[in-house]
Amino acid sequence: MPEGVLEIDRISKRYGEVVALQNMSFDVRAGELFGFVGSNGAGKTTTMRIALGVLAADSGEVRWNGRAVDLDTRRRVGYMPEERGLYPRMRVLDQLVYLAELHGMSTNEAHTSAENWIARLGLRDRRTDEVQRLSLGNQQRVQLAAALVHEPDVLVLDEPFSGLDPVAVDVMSHVLREKASSGVPVVFSSHQLDLVERLCDRVGIVSAGSMVAIGTVDELRSGGVPRLVVESPTTDWTATLDGVRVIEKNGTRCVLELASGVDDQTVLHAALAAGPVHEFSRQRPTLTELFRNVVTTEARST
Amino acid sequence: MTSARAVSLVARREFVTKVRTRSFLIGTAVIIAVLAGYVVLQSVLFDDQQRSVVGLSGQATQLADPLRQKAKSFGIEVETKDVTTVENAEQQVRDGSLDALVTGAPPALKMIVKGSGDEVLTTVLNDVLRQQVLVAQLAEAGITPQQVAQNLANVSVAVTALEPVDPQRDQRLAIGLIVAALLYYSLLVYGTMVAQGVVEEKSSRVVEILLATVRPWQLLLGKVIGLGAVGLLQLLVISTVGLGLSSAFDVVDVGALGGTALLTGVLWYLLGFFLYATVFAAAASLVSRQEELQSVLTPISMTIIVAFVAGINLMIGSPSGPAVTVLSLLPPFAPILMPGRMAMGVATTWQVVLAIVLALTAIAAITWLGGKVYANAVLRTGARVKLREALRA
Repeated sequence: MPEGVLEIDRISKRYGEVVALQNMSFDVRAGELFGFVGSNGAGKTTTMRIALGVLAADSGEVRWNGRAVDLDTRRRVGYMPEERGLYPRMRVLDQLVYLAELHGMSTNEAHTSAENWIARLGLRDRRTDEVQRLSLGNQQRVQLAAALVHEPDVLVLDEPFSGLDPVAVDVMSHVLREKASSGVPVVFSSHQLDLVERLCDRVGIVSAGSMVAIGTVDELRSGGVPRLVVESPTTDWTATLDGVRVIEKNGTRCVLELASGVDDQTVLHAALAAGPVHEFSRQRPTLTELFRNVVTTEARST
Repeated sequence: MTSARAVSLVARREFVTKVRTRSFLIGTAVIIAVLAGYVVLQSVLFDDQQRSVVGLSGQATQLADPLRQKAKSFGIEVETKDVTTVENAEQQVRDGSLDALVTGAPPALKMIVKGSGDEVLTTVLNDVLRQQVLVAQLAEAGITPQQVAQNLANVSVAVTALEPVDPQRDQRLAIGLIVAALLYYSLLVYGTMVAQGVVEEKSSRVVEILLATVRPWQLLLGKVIGLGAVGLLQLLVISTVGLGLSSAFDVVDVGALGGTALLTGVLWYLLGFFLYATVFAAAASLVSRQEELQSVLTPISMTIIVAFVAGINLMIGSPSGPAVTVLSLLPPFAPILMPGRMAMGVATTWQVVLAIVLALTAIAAITWLGGKVYANAVLRTGARVKLREALRA
């Protein structure tokens, strides 16, 4: 039986005629930071809400360590909903203690943990303030503390970086990285793809309710149609090659797209035969390009 | 974590948060202040109405003691003042500082009053005068007046009442109305509070975090118990202070009557609160913003208001009439009318038992139904959820 694995297995959900999720599947392993990306309405939030049991799936199953998730295992999940939610008129400390207790901690543990996270997230001066009196940035920190205060076994965060200033982004990244290193599977959604690319061990791209691409950032970037960047005085030589297409030309520098089965060494020889080659490299798409590509392809096919 | 722990955690938060708010403390203080003001006013008016000041001049001064005693047996209090000059005293009668002035010597007494004069006072004075004359004549005839007085005291008419009038009727009515009013206030205020709490959780979205770790019914029950306890606390504080003040100022002879009323009040508060709170919560779970709350709460508030206003009028008119009897049995109205009728002593045992059984049945049904609506609607933010959808889902 796998240890510390959160599995989302073929989850489907429709709202009347609208299909929100269709056979959504992925898993997040212990110690892994999983980035969940997709355009608005792709089904990220719905997936997370189903994983947390605040929404019921029409079919499919969410498993933790091989067993279907129930209320007791859900209590061990740290959750940050997309719509931030805290009691506006409750003090920071009281609020965190209450949430920790609701997640099964004893009153003493809850106090210790709440104080600990308040200190770590730099909220010590604000601990007896009502949440509604805090700045938005600080409210976000309290929200993160609320997801972490019961020392969860899994973290599910919906858009944890939205609305954060650069310092808070660093704090958040650091905390997530640290949690993952301690063996907690962490899954979060984000629109900040550069951040996802930098931070995540694995990334899943969602489109129209299904997972369309999943893997490490390297795997994803090296997949797809191979492209080459070549710098040589002319591009006339490409016309003689089958399966090679110029998709971009900028002065002496051009980007070529190779059909499957075309050897890049053949291309290099052809280029050298035509003249001097100053640069020859494989171009790997950024996550953003990959994302745009996947999403538009999917949109066209549906 | 057990359900009991989850429910008690939620209830404790509701209780502590609410009791700490300024609105609760100020609200309670204001109600107590109003109550105290009312009691003091009552006792002052009471004193004024019941006390007559009578000026006695010349030989009439010797009537002071018999006059006061006689007045007491008539249930009024008379304060006597000896006056020296009749003219001054007449002026005092005119400006109202004396209620009457008595001059002359028995048997030729004169009483001067401003307007028509107090009939009871006149009767008392006549009695005193007749007794004086009687005593004088008995003495002349050689009979001991004391002997006659004793014989007279032993004679009285034996009265058999076919429809006995409760001597405490007015006090019972007062207590019944106060109990009904307090329950009306508590149900409306704390029911609304439950509704506001539900919408606060919904509009702040904290409910999503909560429901990832507790079940909807645990959250709902905890909220109802917590806020119900706050309402109970306030009800007890107000009642205790009210009863204490009343007995201190002697406005109402509280004693056993007040104690029983308090107990039935608490019982019916609990029944009524559990009945209405779930309905309030379910209604509130249909909307996402405080601004929309009023529209879904109006039908519920109206039921409580109608129960109170119509019930009070019927209760004052004929507390055991068929209309109020039937209404006081029905669950939506029973929590306000039944304790009132019980305090008035007009509810029979079978009526009370039937009303309690009906209320418990209704609570079970409403809790099931309301819990279902709440669970289905509380996570649906945005547009108002239709009741039919919430029931069907």
